[in-house]
This record gives sequence, structure tokens and C-alpha cells, in this order.
Amino acid sequence: MQLLLQQVMAGLANGAIYACVALSVVMIFLAIDHLNFAQGEMATFSTFIAWQFIHWGLPYWVAFIAVVAVSFIGGIAIERVLFKPLHHAPILASLVGFIALFSILNSGDGYIWDYTIKSFPTPFGNKPLFGSVLIDTHEAGMIGVTAMMLGLIYLFFRGTRLGLAMRAAAANPESARLVGIRVGWMTALGWGLAAAIGAVGGMLIAPVVFLEPNMMFGVLLYGFAGAVLGGLTSPAGAVIGGFAVGVIENLAGTFIPYVGRDLKLTIALVVIVAVLMVRPSGIFGRAVVSRV
Amino acid sequence: MMLDVTGLGAFYGEQQALFAVGFELDAGQVRTLLGANGAGKTTVLRALCGMVRTAGDIRFDGKSINGWATEDIVRLGVAHVPEGRGTFVRLTVEENLQLGAMTRRDHAAIAADIERIYDHFPRLKERRTQQAGLLSGGEQQMLAVGRALMLRPRLMLLDEPSFGLAPLIVEELFGILREVNRETGVAMLIVEQNAALALEFAEYAYLLETGRIVMNGPAATIAADEGVRRAYLGY
Repeated sequence: MQLLLQQVMAGLANGAIYACVALSVVMIFLAIDHLNFAQGEMATFSTFIAWQFIHWGLPYWVAFIAVVAVSFIGGIAIERVLFKPLHHAPILASLVGFIALFSILNSGDGYIWDYTIKSFPTPFGNKPLFGSVLIDTHEAGMIGVTAMMLGLIYLFFRGTRLGLAMRAAAANPESARLVGIRVGWMTALGWGLAAAIGAVGGMLIAPVVFLEPNMMFGVLLYGFAGAVLGGLTSPAGAVIGGFAVGVIENLAGTFIPYVGRDLKLTIALVVIVAVLMVRPSGIFGRAVVSRV
Repeated sequence: MMLDVTGLGAFYGEQQALFAVGFELDAGQVRTLLGANGAGKTTVLRALCGMVRTAGDIRFDGKSINGWATEDIVRLGVAHVPEGRGTFVRLTVEENLQLGAMTRRDHAAIAADIERIYDHFPRLKERRTQQAGLLSGGEQQMLAVGRALMLRPRLMLLDEPSFGLAPLIVEELFGILREVNRETGVAMLIVEQNAALALEFAEYAYLLETGRIVMNGPAATIAADEGVRRAYLGY
């Protein structure tokens, strides 16, 4: 029982990061109908910038907020420079764009900061939380920061005019234009938010997996699994899916013989395939119907 | 002249859908575009809103707005109630109305305008927190008109507002449109397949055939025309 609880809590902590990544993936998917394969690399790049800031002596939280801001602007810039021109292009052109972005950022990390594994600080420490063995302070911090960010995003989308405009632009671009919404900028804003959310995920997971250019590779797979599980069209679903994948991954690794640590990543793929077979639109997603 | 269109052409890819279409509309006027299916009525409205590639000249307040982005044309006070109503089906009724005022900054007046829309359409008020996609066809059409009014438009473009609606609902809807026109002086350009209805509602009519305007005149004159009566009014 103790072990089960412990694994669930650890799963939730990892799941918080998967939820961040899943949410970024879904935000871009809603805006442009494509999966951003470079989401993980964007987060890694942001985390390297954070490492650099901290290395230069900035306090952790100053660096944290600065990186969120830089990532937000960077996400907008990527959309404006790379993907806006591809807006009407065939799907393969966007795909190549994502691959290009992936390799540019991945190699850029290695070129600027080299490939050696770096440790990344945590502001929460690694002591057991309240002396309990269930969860340590960093894991609790991961869950807490993610929950706070998700709350802010929820308030933004539900409570502000700009959030409403973004939802409208994603749901029905043509009607959105007809009420005067600048849909192109809403897409760019979606990229900015996705980049910022990804950056938070990257900075939180870096103390656990250590910082190196391929840090987010596995995380992105789990994030995709979470997004698919929750439904690619549902931001709330993606968050729940991310947490669920974190828990499933940990429980399977502990309790299913032979899975252990080595086959954990396989779990993500199994989840993706199983969901696509049983319920292609995910648990909370809606089937995409196009009227002809 | 508020809206002055000359030599308007419109293109879907290589296909030309409008040829040298010309018409005009002044503040407060209600005019209609009539024509059979595929004559280009919807295309005219889409061309005015920058939703298709155009040639020729479209002037709004004397300013040429050819090639402008849709969202910039909307900001001039042009509200388009599109074919199919353009409802944001996953958003609530009230959110749909708020979206209509997205370009406005006068928050207090927006809240008051939403109440005014609810006065016109009490059914929408009952359903304000429901997903708009769950409304009936008639309610969605009222929502579409309400959303357009939230812009405080100077010009309303209405694409087949009677489509698919029960006769009683149509009567109610056109009654409200008439009232809004009198109250606010908003100009209306209305596209209809229901020619009898449109000729009764509008003061002036243009008849469109295969992308060209073949006849125009006061609604009463057009309605009395032998050919129009046979082809479009069915008696």
C-alpha cells in the first residue's frame, strides 16, 4: 500500500510535466491543426537559457520568470517567421518545418552549450515533504507550480476577452475574422503560450532527468501520449491525460513484471496505440467532422 | 454614399464568379440582391468582406477597401451574418454575443447592448449559458443577427437569413430587423432566395444572373416585372 501510494505520487509529479507538454502540444494543435514535434526541443532550449541565466548568477525565480517571458516571445517569433508563411502550404511543408525546427534547436543546444550532462538546480530542495517518504519537496513543487500555472491559464481562457478571442479563433477562424479578430495573431499568441508552458515543464523536469540536448525526447513522447489520451482537441483533457500517463507509467514500471525501468517508455507508445484503436478522439476530445 | 461598388469581379482560384457588378447603398437604406442558386449572391457579400479575391472597386465612405483583410473591414462597422450562421457552436450563447463586440472597447456599453439583444430575442436570454450549438436553427439565426448587432454596425450584410426557418420565425426575425433598421439607421444589404420576402422587406433590389446584375430598381417595380414574377416569385 505504501509502495502503491508512493508510486502514484511520483507518477503525479512526472505527470505534471507531461501535462505541461501535452497542453503545449494541444494548444498548437488547436491553432494550426498540426502536431508540433519540436515542442520538446523548444522546452529544452528554454531550459538551457534558464541554466545560462542561473549560471550568470541570476536568482532562480528571476531566471524562471525571465525564461517564461523569453520563451513566450520566442514562440511568437517562430510562428511569425517560420509557420505563418507555411499557413496555406500542404501538410508536408509544415511537417518539414517542424523537423527543421527540431534539428535547429537540438543542434543549437549542443553547439552553444555542448552535449555534456548538466545538473539543474531546484528551488524546492530534495528533502522528504513533511518528513514523509511518499513525496519529496521537488516533486511537490513540480505539482504545485504546474497546478498554479494551469489555474492561471484557465482563468485567462475563461475570464478574459483575449482568451475568448483565442478560443473563437481556434474553433472557427472564418467566423472569428467576421467579428474582427486578428486570427493570425491569435495563432502566434497560441505559439507563445505553448512555448512558455513548455519552458515551465522543461525547467521543472530538468533537476530530475538532468539537462542535455535530448532531455525532452522521452518526455515529449509521454506528453503526446497524454494529449492523445485526453483528446487532442481538449486542453483540459490533455492535462488530465498527462497526469494519467505519469501515474500509469510509474505503476506499470513497478507492478508489471519485466517492465521495470527499461520498458517504461514503451508504456507511452502502448497508451497511444491503444487509445487510437479504441477511441481515436481521446477521452475528452471530439471527433473532427467536416461538412462538405 | 456609404457603400459604392463598381466593376466588381470575384474569383475562386481561376474561376470568375462575378463580372462587373455595380451597386450602391447609403446609410439607413435596405436593399436586396436577388437571384437563383449559384447566381453569385453570396459571393458579392464575401467580396465586400474581403473573403474572396476581387477586382474592381469597393468604396466604403469613399475609401477604397479592395484587398483589405476581413478583420479590418469589420472594424469599419461592416457586420456580416454569413450563410450557415457562423455560430461558435462550442461557446455559450453569451460568449457568442461578446465575440460580436470584440473590436469595441466601451465595456459598459457592451454589457448594455447584450441586454438590448436579449430584449429583442428573449429566447437567447433563457439560453445564455448554453452551448450555442444546442440552439435550434431559428435561435441560431437570431444569435447570428444578435452577434452582428453587437458590433454596432453601420452596414449589415445578411446572407439568406430566412434559410431553413419556419414561416413564423421568419416573420419574427424580419420584424426585428426592420425595428433595428429604424432605431439605429444601420444600412442593410440582404441576400435572399425567398424573393417575395426580400422584395417586401427592401426598398430597392438588384437582380443577379450568373455573376452579372441584369436588372435593378425600386422593390415595387421589380416585384411588378413580368419576368421576375414568373422566374422568382412563382406566379
